[in-house]
Amino acid sequence: MTSEMASSSLPWLTLSIFVPVIFGLLVLLIGRDDHPGPARVLSLIGSIAGFLVTLPLYTGFNPHTADMQFVENKPWIDTFNLNYHLGIDGISVWFVLLTSFITVIVVLAGWEIIKSRVAQYMAAFLILSGLMIGVFCALDGMLFYIFFEATLIPMYIIIGAWGGPNRVYAALKFFLYTLLGSLLTLIAYIYLWHESNGSFDVATWQHLKLNYSQQIFIFIALLAAFAVKIPMWPIHTWLPDAHVEAPTGGSIVLAAVMLKLGCYAFLRFLLPIAPDASHSLAGLMILLSLIAIIYIGLVAIVQDDMKKLVAYSSVAHMGYVTLGFFLFNVTGMEGAIIQMLSHGFVSGAMFMCIGVMYDRLHTRRIDAYGGIINRMPKFVTFFVLFSMANAGLPGTSGFVGEFTVILGAVQFNFWVGLLAATALIWGAGYSLWMLKRVAYGPVANENVSGMKDINGREYLILGLLAIMVLFLGIFPSFFTDLMHPSVNALMQHVAVSKL
Amino acid sequence: MHTLFDFALATPEIVLLALTGLVLLLDAFDHDAGRRVTFTLTMATLLIVILVSWGQWSSDLHGRTFSSLYVADSLGHFLKILSAIAVGVTLIYGRSYAEKRDMTTRGGELYSLTLLMLLGEFVMISAGSMLTVYLGVELMSFALYALVALRRDHLASTEAAMKYYVLGCLASGILLYGMSMIYGATGEIGLAEIAAVIRGGHAQALPLAFGVVFIVAGLGFKLTAAPFHMWTPDVYQGAPTTVTLLVGAAPKFAAFCITLRLLIEGLHGIALDWQPMLLIMAVLSLALGNIVAIAQTNFKRMLAYSAIGQMGYVFLGLLSGVASGQAGANASAYGASLFYVVIYVLTTLSTFGLILLLSRQGFEAEEISDLKGLNRRNPLLAGVLLLSMFSLTGIPPLSGFYAKLIVLQAVVSAGYVWLAVFAVMCSLIGAFYYLRVIKMAYFDEPEDGMVLSTGTFATRGVMSINGLLIIGLGILPGGLIALCERVITQSLVF
Repeated sequence: MTSEMASSSLPWLTLSIFVPVIFGLLVLLIGRDDHPGPARVLSLIGSIAGFLVTLPLYTGFNPHTADMQFVENKPWIDTFNLNYHLGIDGISVWFVLLTSFITVIVVLAGWEIIKSRVAQYMAAFLILSGLMIGVFCALDGMLFYIFFEATLIPMYIIIGAWGGPNRVYAALKFFLYTLLGSLLTLIAYIYLWHESNGSFDVATWQHLKLNYSQQIFIFIALLAAFAVKIPMWPIHTWLPDAHVEAPTGGSIVLAAVMLKLGCYAFLRFLLPIAPDASHSLAGLMILLSLIAIIYIGLVAIVQDDMKKLVAYSSVAHMGYVTLGFFLFNVTGMEGAIIQMLSHGFVSGAMFMCIGVMYDRLHTRRIDAYGGIINRMPKFVTFFVLFSMANAGLPGTSGFVGEFTVILGAVQFNFWVGLLAATALIWGAGYSLWMLKRVAYGPVANENVSGMKDINGREYLILGLLAIMVLFLGIFPSFFTDLMHPSVNALMQHVAVSKL
Repeated sequence: MHTLFDFALATPEIVLLALTGLVLLLDAFDHDAGRRVTFTLTMATLLIVILVSWGQWSSDLHGRTFSSLYVADSLGHFLKILSAIAVGVTLIYGRSYAEKRDMTTRGGELYSLTLLMLLGEFVMISAGSMLTVYLGVELMSFALYALVALRRDHLASTEAAMKYYVLGCLASGILLYGMSMIYGATGEIGLAEIAAVIRGGHAQALPLAFGVVFIVAGLGFKLTAAPFHMWTPDVYQGAPTTVTLLVGAAPKFAAFCITLRLLIEGLHGIALDWQPMLLIMAVLSLALGNIVAIAQTNFKRMLAYSAIGQMGYVFLGLLSGVASGQAGANASAYGASLFYVVIYVLTTLSTFGLILLLSRQGFEAEEISDLKGLNRRNPLLAGVLLLSMFSLTGIPPLSGFYAKLIVLQAVVSAGYVWLAVFAVMCSLIGAFYYLRVIKMAYFDEPEDGMVLSTGTFATRGVMSINGLLIIGLGILPGGLIALCERVITQSLVF
């Protein structure tokens, strides 16, 4: 039935990937430094078109099956059996939509702030968007790797060319850290290709018999790339640097989508290909996740730079995701996926809020602000909402993800659940304390007293994000209903030993 | 008795030699400083040679002639066409550079010597015996020694030429000594005959093993592999950039071809003797090239070390073919190396081409810091630089990634997982200095008072095609990979 649906309609996944890429190239062609208007407009059209072509993926999605949908499979490089094989299931569909949605936000966010080389900036984001969607759709291991690695190029340029004062260091660190992990993954993929008699097909890999030591090797090699990308403690140190130096749009994409690439790869590759290794190393992974949740949560509290604070809170939130994966129960897994989506909206919104303040005062230091509610009441309303969501307040999306993971953790082991639950305290600590220092109290200095409230464009961006945060918080079943079959199938697959 | 067919096989060389003589003659009547007539004639010569080789290839002309001294096969046709294209592109990029540096005012030797170099490469590519290999190597090398010294009143160039000459002669001597050992051990100079003697078990083991050591050392020199790389940085840096590109691009095809012919065609029977040597050379080249390149501030010197590192990958492909022991896997491993060389030359053309385009009268644009803010001045050239650097790093979807991928596939298939891990770690180190070049072009502001040339419309056009090929062969590499594998299986017997 699904194949009939796919064959009777347009190749929506190819469109989702290449509409933004082609618009990006067009923007690059028409862009002129002295006259950035047309480039901006074309980018906005491109991002909206990119979002619209992903909508049929939701409307045409069959929620009753765990099979891949909208499948496209064409031979690409015959000599090593590499196929252009795309498809989505109930998990990846949400990340495709998230990516195309965030791209619209990012184009709007950079509308006025970016003044130099506008066309290149916008084009980089549009191309990046297409590549990231490609990562979520790829069902061929090497195709996945190609998209996964290619995202480095635009992000390196975005951080390095439009970033803050220490941008070169941050961009290099981002690139080299990620490349280190990826190259080991490349070896693992080639090894899998060799073991499966020359196939890059993900489904073949998932059913490939591997003995225990092979699985451990694959696990470690894949973990190297995905753990850097997530990032997990203790290889998270590139993230605060990258976030602090990146322009607002770069931070939004990095937090909202790029971190999810690594998490998603856990679900698609690591757990299904090496289930026995995953089970036996689950204790270690849970330990690392708990350290991320607790230790990084505490680190976030003492930051005096707002972006750094949110960056560290991202690491802590990603700790929840990895914790949920390695509990090996459906609750934990779904909680982790909800947490990924929620973090996409909430962290994106937090970086947008910081960007709004930075555009006015050109500093990210918390002590440079104070009492901005007196000058920016509309903005602070949004800021409060997103801070609450970041702390995991019920009614917001942050709560659903964290709470579900904690439930899963308690099912697994009471003490793990208890330790994970402390994150609600740290979350409240860093989010609300920052909110208090930045937004409340008397107007701190004359710079703050000159701040203007948000304009229509910023209102629109924050409003859209706020709707998503509340919607996901109040109707999580809207998202989980589509996921159930895929998550169940994954759990069943992982439960069966390959030995 | 030689028939007409014997000569027909060697048409590309005969035509090239005749036309080179014509160019040399007509150049005497060209008094223009830019040597417009000579340049045009040289380009026409290259075009004719390409067409002749193409014609031979498409009519599937193959065979041995002149008592097996000369061999025509699809590998040869393929590499001859590529060499001629690489030389043509080099001359297009390097013409105005050479003119501004007085390299063509006194005479058109740049062009005639380049054509002679190409003839040497053709002879190497078509070599059917050790004697022909040596003849080709010497013809190519002597033309190159003279070319490096072409700016005769320039100190660095002269020094580079001297070093190149002394070390080059040493390497040729080593190669020749190795050949004489092989001859002593087998009593044959023809590569196919040597292979037959070794297969038959009639060769004397000890001189044969000694001979292989010397041959591999000589090939290592020509392919700029560590520890025989010493000349590379000085020559790359010291030579006028046009000549650097002549040294760095097209000869790689010829050197790779004689490596295939000597080691695979001739000495495949004792592969277990030379394979460990290739392994050591690959490991040393990867480590040394990538680590030392970090410390360089001169772009040409950095690219020289990068060339050493990149050649490590070529050797990885060659040695893993042997380890697997299956004919099919062999072909794909050697095909992987060939593909790697093709992509490497493509990228070398664009990077050195950029240096040539950016330099102007009295300014070489060869320091990495000269690239500062290139994106502000010329987004097109900066874009090509970006593609080239990411391709050399091996980031998908650029062609350099597939080159590394298929070599690594061959290495893993041969069972050397640790070697693959070592290679990618060296690539990681390499990423640092390639990224630093991109940083200069994209992240830094241009410095005041520094004017860069941007080349003519034609050179920019060729550069754009060059850049498009780097990404185009990354998006659709399948055809070229299959072609490389096919010419290997059609031409080599192992």
